[in-house]
Amino acid sequence: MIEARDLYFTYPNGVEALKGVSLKIKNGEFVAIMGENGAGKTTLIKHFNGLLKPTGGSVFIDETETTKATVATLARKVGFVFQNADKQLFSETVEEEIAFALKNFGFKENIIRRRVTWALNLLDLTQYRKTSPFMLSGGERKRVALASVLAWKPRVLIMDEPTIGQDHQQKEKLLQFILQMKTQRKTIIIVTHDVEFVAECHPRVILMSQGRIIADGEARKILTNPEILIQASIVPPQITQIFLQLSNLKLPREVIDTYEAREKLLNLLEKKAE
Amino acid sequence: MSVFEGLKFRRVYSPIHDLDPRIKFIYVCAIFTVAIIFLELIPLMILFLIQIPFVVLAGVKREWLRSMRGAAFLATIIFLTNFIFSYISAGPENTAATVEYACALTLRFIVLVESFSVFFLTTSPDRLGLALEQTHIPYEFCFAFTTAVRFVPVLAEEAQTIMDAQKARGLELERGNFLKRIRNYIPILIPLIVSAIRRSLELAEAMESRAWGATKNRTNLYALKMHRGDFYLVGITAGILTVAIYVRLSFGIPSLNDLLGWLF
Amino acid sequence: MSIIETKNLTYTYPGGTKPSIKDVSIKIKKGEFILITGPSGCGKTTLCRCFNGLIPHFYQGELKGDVTVVGLKVAEQPIYELAKHVGLVFQNPENQLFALSVEKDVAFGLENLGVPREEMLKRVNWALKLAGIYDIRERTPHELSGGQQQRVAIASVLAMQPEVIILDEPTSFLDPLGAKKIFEVIYDLNRKLGITVILVEHRLDLTARYANHIIIMDNGKSVLDGEPRKILSSEEALLIGVGIPKPTRLYQMLQKDKVNLNNIIPLSSDEMATVLREALKSQ
Repeated sequence: MIEARDLYFTYPNGVEALKGVSLKIKNGEFVAIMGENGAGKTTLIKHFNGLLKPTGGSVFIDETETTKATVATLARKVGFVFQNADKQLFSETVEEEIAFALKNFGFKENIIRRRVTWALNLLDLTQYRKTSPFMLSGGERKRVALASVLAWKPRVLIMDEPTIGQDHQQKEKLLQFILQMKTQRKTIIIVTHDVEFVAECHPRVILMSQGRIIADGEARKILTNPEILIQASIVPPQITQIFLQLSNLKLPREVIDTYEAREKLLNLLEKKAE
Repeated sequence: MSVFEGLKFRRVYSPIHDLDPRIKFIYVCAIFTVAIIFLELIPLMILFLIQIPFVVLAGVKREWLRSMRGAAFLATIIFLTNFIFSYISAGPENTAATVEYACALTLRFIVLVESFSVFFLTTSPDRLGLALEQTHIPYEFCFAFTTAVRFVPVLAEEAQTIMDAQKARGLELERGNFLKRIRNYIPILIPLIVSAIRRSLELAEAMESRAWGATKNRTNLYALKMHRGDFYLVGITAGILTVAIYVRLSFGIPSLNDLLGWLF
Repeated sequence: MSIIETKNLTYTYPGGTKPSIKDVSIKIKKGEFILITGPSGCGKTTLCRCFNGLIPHFYQGELKGDVTVVGLKVAEQPIYELAKHVGLVFQNPENQLFALSVEKDVAFGLENLGVPREEMLKRVNWALKLAGIYDIRERTPHELSGGQQQRVAIASVLAMQPEVIILDEPTSFLDPLGAKKIFEVIYDLNRKLGITVILVEHRLDLTARYANHIIIMDNGKSVLDGEPRKILSSEEALLIGVGIPKPTRLYQMLQKDKVNLNNIIPLSSDEMATVLREALKSQ
């Protein structure tokens, strides 16, 4: 469980990025942290694996206060997938890249081998085992970075802007992947401004603006509230926008996904004459 | 990374910052020449003090003091080395003169650091780049210089991001013996280098797409023009040089000891 | 009158085992706002680079077929010549800005072309104003947000007064609001100045509404080419796997369910709301 208690954080250059953030994320939850650029989202998640330590208040990972543990210890539980995979790839083969963290955490050789095979399989990378990660395409490199984090089976998986630069099919695959991780009771936290993506996966949404949490609840409730979204420079999903414009015609307001919209509309619209 | 803090380009306005870098450079060269001409303590002290007004006017006191402190270590070495060797050759009876001699040489070094420091602290990289262009240094070099300065903060941030990413995979940079610690930096250096290469490729594409190499007669948005302040500086520089050469050729310079002895 | 035309264009990168684009024949008319999209790796980025000469001059490799831009044959013109007519804005804002101030960056292309100073100052100010960045012209690129940086990149291309501006996934690194501003700027350039805009994008929900011509590529080939409303509501587009705008998708689904809707295919939420309002009112 992740808990932040009245968390304050000011960067060395004086910028106060977090102004009293309090939240609790239970094991197995799926959370999307959203907000404008500079809202403090990335600053917040960096506290969850100890990369940043609070300047005020405290952060607890499973009852351990983050100031009392090293990044390596916290990282063992909280896996962080950065936005840009290229900022971490450095090995000669994909295999070594995946094994890197396992070695750092002191896993035994035979377990490392098993985990690497497992991770390669999970992300469809087995044929690239001995390939240099630099030879792979952008999407493949992202998968290698993801595999290298999953390999050590952290209980929490945090992904920073996982949908950036991804095409439609890649986003679909990502969605499937997240749902799969959910069934394994992993805690999943994504930081994103992709409203459409969030609308499709229905997480708990934590909305941030200017260093504070301004909303915390079901995706359905938050994404259909334009007044609160605008404070975080976010526009409601396209489907919601349609329904908001038709709200005077007694249509439901809280619709965020296409299939749901279709259901609701089928009940209200006439069919074509045969 | 505080090392890079000093190199981060900040726009400051002061009369000294506005001076033409080419004239400032000539001034620095003049100071350099004068410092070489004299081996005596008094003129060097005067030279040192002359530059303080520039530091004050430019509002760079804090940074200047920092560079002086940086030079302190080397200055001490210069003093001690010269003192010891002169002492050995001149003997204990000439201690006062030896001390003065060593001080003079040290001060010469300090004057040089001081003037270069004033130059770099009061000249923004883009004006420096502009000055380089206008002195007909091939454009490729000027461009390489300004682009390098432009990307310093970007690289610094990137290094930080890479360190964070690897720490989040359990990399402990501070652990292990000396050799292990060096090896710990490989997962930081390689992504940094790869990223630099990728960046260069993207920059090259952008350059080509903006007509790089279209003509040898490149024009410039800005032009460095000399203003009143620059002419004053030319005057001051010429003045200092003239006085220095005249004094050197005509008078004998008393040593500090003699002067003190004469006063008391 | 085609401002860009390709005939059987095929290109293989040096060391590549297969062509990145195969047999692409397209015509782009002057003043169009064309959207080029397709799954990652479909060749859209490669195609863009064929329009301003980066292919074949910068990338070398094997180019077959013809590509003509503004009446010039790309294979026969140096990149700096083509740069006067075709501007290219890249994905990463940071790696397109070289100078230490916004104005100097915007002037970069003009300096390279040897444009005299008075003319340069005029064009730089003009471009700065069009891109909405006149008041930040003395700032240094590193201090700017991604959206501002991209607008600087657009201004610096605009200053060269090209007839065509190509933007290759310009909003990948931007947040939705930053992205929207960029699209508004380029839509304006297209409408008010008649500049032909070629936009390569995945985010069709934000961009389809601006385009009057769309090309969908897949596996190096141009698979669908025509009017956005028709193409984005087609089965084929769905099968290729591009991100059909949700309103269009909803419309498509309801059409399949045989719901009585008028025939104007929506590309945005506003348009779909109008369609639904009419359908509900007429009941």
